[in-house]
Amino acid sequence: MTDKPVISARDLSLVFETHDGPVQALSNINLDIQAGEFVSLIGPSGCGKTTLLRVIADLEQPTGGAITVNGMSPHEAREKRAYGYVFQQAALFPWRTIESNVGLPLEVMGLDRNEAARRVKHNIALVNLAGFEKKHPWQLSGGMQQRASIARALAVEPAMLLMDEPFGALDEIVRDHLNEQLLKLWAQTKKTVVFVTHSIPEAVFLSTRIVVMSPRPGRIHEIIDCNLGAERPLEIRETLEFQRIAQQVRDGLRAGHSYDD
Amino acid sequence: MRFRLNWHTVVALGLMLLSLFNLPFTATSGTALPLLILWFLVLAALGALAVPPRPALVASFGLLGHAAVLLLLRSLKGAEGTATLGFYAALAASWLLGWRLVTVLSGDGKRGSEGPGTFVSLLIPALFGFWILVLWEAIARGAGIPFVLLPPPSAIGHRIMGSLPILAADFHQTVLKAVLFGFVAGSLAGFVVALLADRYRFLAKGLLPIGNMVSALPIIGIAPIMVIWFGFDWPSKAAVVIVMTFFPMLVNTLEGLRAAGSMERDLMRTYAANHWQSLFKLRLPAAMPFVFNALKINSTLAMIGAIVAEFFGTPIVGMGFRISTEVGRMNLDMVWAEIALAAVVGSLFYGVLTLIERTITFWHPSYRR
Repeated sequence: MTDKPVISARDLSLVFETHDGPVQALSNINLDIQAGEFVSLIGPSGCGKTTLLRVIADLEQPTGGAITVNGMSPHEAREKRAYGYVFQQAALFPWRTIESNVGLPLEVMGLDRNEAARRVKHNIALVNLAGFEKKHPWQLSGGMQQRASIARALAVEPAMLLMDEPFGALDEIVRDHLNEQLLKLWAQTKKTVVFVTHSIPEAVFLSTRIVVMSPRPGRIHEIIDCNLGAERPLEIRETLEFQRIAQQVRDGLRAGHSYDD
Repeated sequence: MRFRLNWHTVVALGLMLLSLFNLPFTATSGTALPLLILWFLVLAALGALAVPPRPALVASFGLLGHAAVLLLLRSLKGAEGTATLGFYAALAASWLLGWRLVTVLSGDGKRGSEGPGTFVSLLIPALFGFWILVLWEAIARGAGIPFVLLPPPSAIGHRIMGSLPILAADFHQTVLKAVLFGFVAGSLAGFVVALLADRYRFLAKGLLPIGNMVSALPIIGIAPIMVIWFGFDWPSKAAVVIVMTFFPMLVNTLEGLRAAGSMERDLMRTYAANHWQSLFKLRLPAAMPFVFNALKINSTLAMIGAIVAEFFGTPIVGMGFRISTEVGRMNLDMVWAEIALAAVVGSLFYGVLTLIERTITFWHPSYRR
């Protein structure tokens, strides 16, 4: 590709100092992510997939190597609000209504009131929560709360979404539904998405590329292309191509990690 | 209508029988009034045994039982200290019936049904309070307990009604000046210093140990010093209250500012929020339950502080001044009147804070609806 990558990591490493000595959370990460890609980071716990996402988001500082986000340091990118971040839990503020939760980042940005109201309305409709604007988070189901948190991340209108196991705490039926919606959203908005998951079907169903990671030390084991096309109904999971990619990911996970220990 | 036995009423009926064989109730009661009282109690007991407990039935057995106990108190008039076994048996019987009434009103035995309505849920604590006063009155007067030891509530009530101007002046001096000013100034100062200590770490490190030391200082040591510094009038009492309320607020607010979850903090970071934005939009709202805890603790501390501080020099008005001087003059009913005033004011203070808390921290799991 001729375009400059949105995210570019070179020999990135991160060592946590703990009471039991240093822990190598990331080692020799080399990864380029182009605009408009949907990249999943998959791996067992402890493989550094969340840490890598947090480094991109400037929530952790790497101890070696280099990383750029939109050609800037992650810190500058964060200050420019280059991305929207979706956490494992919705992390909605219980004292705010859904509407004002979605508007929270816009308040922090100091956005004009009318423009903020327009974006809140638009994004709540985008995640199918119209009619729940005045509810408080605890009055909504877990899936609806997570959708509200996605609307909140989208309200910033970032070119990039960083999602850290956003559906990990939800049951499978809700998760399937939200996966479909997320794909639709991605097709509509053309955003770059970096998606952390430990579910193989989820990664294959959503991604254009799958980054398989392995632990101790956290590193990239393999990068698998996943070209299932733009139209992906849930039934695509029954096709041979889907099964083949899933098997490839499974093999990669097994090879990168000895389950004997 | 059917009847079903319950232990309160069965025991009460046994006590009525005991009472019947130990007439009269007091030196002046004769037998006519006791028989009327016992007749009321028997009717109330029948009502208490009937099922199902329809509202009209419960109301009539409640009214009969309470009419009986009021008549019982009346039989003591002019015959203090002469109560017999019959009197106490009848008192215990009516008390058991009152207990039964509260049990029925609180929805005893009805599982899964919705709680009592507003009226009943106010009636239950009112009945509790009423029975504490009734037993106090009946035993204090029936056994002729010396006035200095424990005056009956009726005497305290008379004293309150007869001393309203004095009580109002004391209330004005102690509560409206010392308590209110000290509470607001102390809590506000604690809150503001907590915000600064949260921003500038050295403040928290240096201040908290000293704070723990100051909050351990005995109030009877501080109060005379404050009188020397700020004079006899209310400012010295307000100063004591400020010293007492400052640190609970400081410590609780600091604790509350740490209550916001790490995920929520990271969220504010991804928005590139500055310190004050994440303080006002996330951490302060999350700290509110802690702040209200401190306010509630401070409301009682402020009352205690102001009243005790008045023991160490004051103009001739104030609740603490009144208590200390009237004890010396053996006017224990006046002391009790001031205690009653302090209790009412303290409860109202606490209640108002709780109401405000419910509107502000409506989102907290303990208040959600």
